[in-house]
Amino acid sequence: MVSDTEPTLEVRNLRTHFFTKAGVVKAVDDVSFAVRPGKVMGLVGESGSGKTVTGFSILGLVDAPGRVVGGEIRYKGENIATATDDRMRRLRGREIAMIFQDPMMTLNPVLRVDTQMVEAIRAHHSVSHKEAWQQSRDALGRVGIPSPEERLRAYPHQFSGGMRQRVAIAIAMLNRPDLIVADEPTTALDVTIQGQILYEVQKLCEETGTALIWITHDLSVVAGLADEICVMYAGRVVEHGTVDEVLDQPAHPYTRGLIGSVPSRNRRGQPLTQIPGMTPSLLNLEPGCPFKTRCPDADAVCEAEPAITHPAAGRDVRCHHPVTAGAPLEVTA
Amino acid sequence: MSVFIIRRLMQAMLVVLVMSFLVFAGVYVVGDPTQILVADDADQAERARVIAELGLDQPFHMQYLQFLGGALSGNLGESFRFNEPALQLILERLPATLELAFVALAIAVFFGIPLGTWAGLRPESPVAKTIMTGSILGFSLPTFWVGIMMILLFAVILGWLPSTGRSDEITYVLGFPTTLFSLDGWAHILLPAVNLALFKLSLVIRLSRAGAREVVHQDYIKFARAKGLSESRVILVHVMKNILIPVVTVLGLEFGGLVAFSVVTETVFAWPGIGKLLIESISFLDRPVIVAYLMIIVLIFVFLNLVVDIAYSILDPRVRLQDMKS
Repeated sequence: MVSDTEPTLEVRNLRTHFFTKAGVVKAVDDVSFAVRPGKVMGLVGESGSGKTVTGFSILGLVDAPGRVVGGEIRYKGENIATATDDRMRRLRGREIAMIFQDPMMTLNPVLRVDTQMVEAIRAHHSVSHKEAWQQSRDALGRVGIPSPEERLRAYPHQFSGGMRQRVAIAIAMLNRPDLIVADEPTTALDVTIQGQILYEVQKLCEETGTALIWITHDLSVVAGLADEICVMYAGRVVEHGTVDEVLDQPAHPYTRGLIGSVPSRNRRGQPLTQIPGMTPSLLNLEPGCPFKTRCPDADAVCEAEPAITHPAAGRDVRCHHPVTAGAPLEVTA
Repeated sequence: MSVFIIRRLMQAMLVVLVMSFLVFAGVYVVGDPTQILVADDADQAERARVIAELGLDQPFHMQYLQFLGGALSGNLGESFRFNEPALQLILERLPATLELAFVALAIAVFFGIPLGTWAGLRPESPVAKTIMTGSILGFSLPTFWVGIMMILLFAVILGWLPSTGRSDEITYVLGFPTTLFSLDGWAHILLPAVNLALFKLSLVIRLSRAGAREVVHQDYIKFARAKGLSESRVILVHVMKNILIPVVTVLGLEFGGLVAFSVVTETVFAWPGIGKLLIESISFLDRPVIVAYLMIIVLIFVFLNLVVDIAYSILDPRVRLQDMKS
């Protein structure tokens, strides 16, 4: 899908490496994608595929011994991969916000919710405490928290997990950012709460034109939410396209494996397809395609690193043997 | 909250009662004070008269019950040596010890928390390693030796500060006699206070460092940064408030320790506090003073425990919730 609007965020050949005592861990290795205003980009992959580190790289929050070693992160044209700490601080929370995976750990347990919300506003705008407090109250109301005035004066432990994640979302949206990085924000929640939160985030993004990067390992979540999908494996993007293209006609064997391992009502009673083996250790990764040891189609060619090919406009696949469009998905019933 | 405080008070009273028995029994078995108090050339009749006068002819349980009865009306017995109420002897000297302990605690807090937090935030830096090495020294060097070395260096060799004693320039603040409002007072208190503080300073450094190292990797710290807060606010508010919880707990209890164990420092620096009084009383087997001293220390500990519980519930809202349920 090609859009004319200028992307809010464009990541080009991003590399984030961790320099540990045991060696260099290439957590993110040549990742490129773009998100446009009001659109949702789903970043999908298993644990350890580099999704979260990609998110932290965008916000400039990679902890030592990790750092961004290459590539560009263009936010509205400005390369923020090389921005100063002060510039990044001004962007964080104001223009680029993040929602974390575990709502039980996101809020500081010893500070009241109003303290944590008001400081987020006052870090970027010189408004009175009272005004910031009123804005916080309205923000809590928008994410569906009943009697926000009262709840503002509560401590995080007085909220349930779902409510805390709403608070975190309200904080992320406080300064009306143009980009939100959401790192598996619904994974720790039960499905009914998950549905409500997905609905609310989608609505808020559509209303405000906020671009959203939704990091998840759950294909069924992105299927309903995202416009485009990037499938990540071992720190690389192995497949990219619109949500329909990728889910209906997966070209990379890994994407096919992922889709095959999602439980479905149509395949009742049949064993789920499994991808054999484990995600490779990113420490001293062997050369060649990182998926070759688990891939049904691997052969001698895969000993060389595959380049990105474009089977169709707007689609990227990093595979020597991409499945051509129209080929049946062997797992469909 | 008030139910919680009443419950704690009743527990505290039980602790004081049990402690009074242990203390009294402990001192009873230590030795016979009449051997020191009665003159060597006294005859048997004179000896029996003194023993009866001091109430030492009574069996143990009678002595204990008499002590308890007196204690309830605020009388902890009379000193064998000074013929003055033991409580009065202690209360006369308590302000000097409290002053010393307070300054030592202030030193431990104002230097310990920043140094420890700094070391916890940059654990690999040479400065952090120096701080931690210093704290090991603070833990392991014996207090009396450090005290003597400090006197040698600052009083004898450099001649900057007086070697022993407390200043005579006493000001009364709300009825509390203190020397902290005169330069001479500070000159006298500095060495003993630093000496007494060293151990607690090391403790605070270690606690703050451990706290900082743990807290700084929490998601909520990263989230605070993701909100675009300045680094100083992240450290001073988000990290610090979490570090303070264990530090306050330990320090509250340790303040009792500062008062109780100032004995060594007071002896080295000839500081006229209750520690010095205790050492003298032990050498004269002055039972009422020893018992009164120990009871005062027990009361201080019990009181501090209560204060810590309340301070804790202010700092950590989760504790407050549990209290309300109880």
